[in-house]
Amino acid sequence: MFRLDGKIALVTGASGGIGRAIAATLHAQGATVVLSGTREAVLQEQVAELGGERAFYVTANLSEPAEADALVGKAEEVAGAPLDILVNNAGLTRDTLALRMKDQDWDQVLNVDLSSPFRLCRAVLKGMLRRRAGRIVNIASVVGTTGNAGQANYAAAKAGMVGMSKSLAQEAGSRGVTVNVVAPGFIVTPMTDVLPDAQKEKLTSAIPLGRLGKPEDVASAVLYLCSEEAGWVTGSTLHVNGGMAMV
Amino acid sequence: MSEIADKVKKIVVEHLGVEESKVTPEASFIDDLGADSLDTVELVMAFEEAFNVEIPEDAAEKIATVKDAIDYIEKQKAA
Repeated sequence: MFRLDGKIALVTGASGGIGRAIAATLHAQGATVVLSGTREAVLQEQVAELGGERAFYVTANLSEPAEADALVGKAEEVAGAPLDILVNNAGLTRDTLALRMKDQDWDQVLNVDLSSPFRLCRAVLKGMLRRRAGRIVNIASVVGTTGNAGQANYAAAKAGMVGMSKSLAQEAGSRGVTVNVVAPGFIVTPMTDVLPDAQKEKLTSAIPLGRLGKPEDVASAVLYLCSEEAGWVTGSTLHVNGGMAMV
Repeated sequence: MSEIADKVKKIVVEHLGVEESKVTPEASFIDDLGADSLDTVELVMAFEEAFNVEIPEDAAEKIATVKDAIDYIEKQKAA
C-alpha cells in the first residue's frame, strides 16, 4: 500500500522541518523527489541524506512571482520527467496583533502562503490535466479553521488555501487529478523548539492525544493523499492535530 | 483550406482524440466533438501557444465551433 514507485514529486519548503519529513517519506515509498527551498546548502545536504538517488533540488524564492511561475518547469527539467505530485508546503509567518500589523506583513504572508501555491498549482495542472493524472496536496494549518490571535494574515492565507483547493478539485476532477489539504496542528520543528517548556506544556494540555505533533505525523497524511489508494478523495482537508480541534 | 485552418484542425484532432473527418468547420466543440468546458479552455490555450496570439476570456467564450476558432485567429493574424 501507498507505494509511489516511478512517481515524480515536487515538495516546496523542503528545507524546513515538515517539508523535510514529507520529502523523506515520499522518497522512502519510491518516489523521485525534487526539493525546493531557499537555502541551497541545506537542500544539497538533504539530497545527500536521501542517498543521492531519485533526489534533486531546485532553489526558489517563492516571494518572487516569476520564480514561482518557473519552478514547476525547472523541477521537471532536473527530474527529467513531468511531475505526478505537487506538495505546496512552503510558507512563512509574520505574527503580530492586527492593530500592529503592517501592510507589508499582510502582503508578504498572503503572497508566499497563498498566491505562490496558486501559481504552482496553475503551472502543474496544465500537464496533469493533459496526462489525466496527478496529485496536489496543499499544506494549510489548523489556524485556517480556528483562527489565532496574532495570525490574521497567516490564518487568512491558510483558510484561502482550503477554498482554493476545493475549487481546483472541482475543476480538475473530471481528469482524475485530485487536490487536497493537510492541516497540521502544533508540530515540533526547529522553529518551535525554542519555546519555553512551560508554554509547551500548556499547548500539550490542550491536545487530547497528549503530545505535540512530529513532522512525520504530517508526512504520513501527505503520503496517503499522494497515493493511488486515495484516488476517490478530493477537495478534502485532513486535520492532523492530535485532536486539538475536531473539525 | 488555409494554413491556419489546417493547423487548427490538427490541434483539435490531437487534443480531443476525434476522427479528422468529424472536424468540419461547422462542428461544435461541445455538441459535436464531445468536448467539455475544460477541453475548450485547453483548446484555447493550445491555439494561443501554437499561433502566438492572445485570446481574451470574452473572445474565448464565443469560440464554439471550429470555424469560430479559425476566423478569430485569422483576424488576429491579419491585424
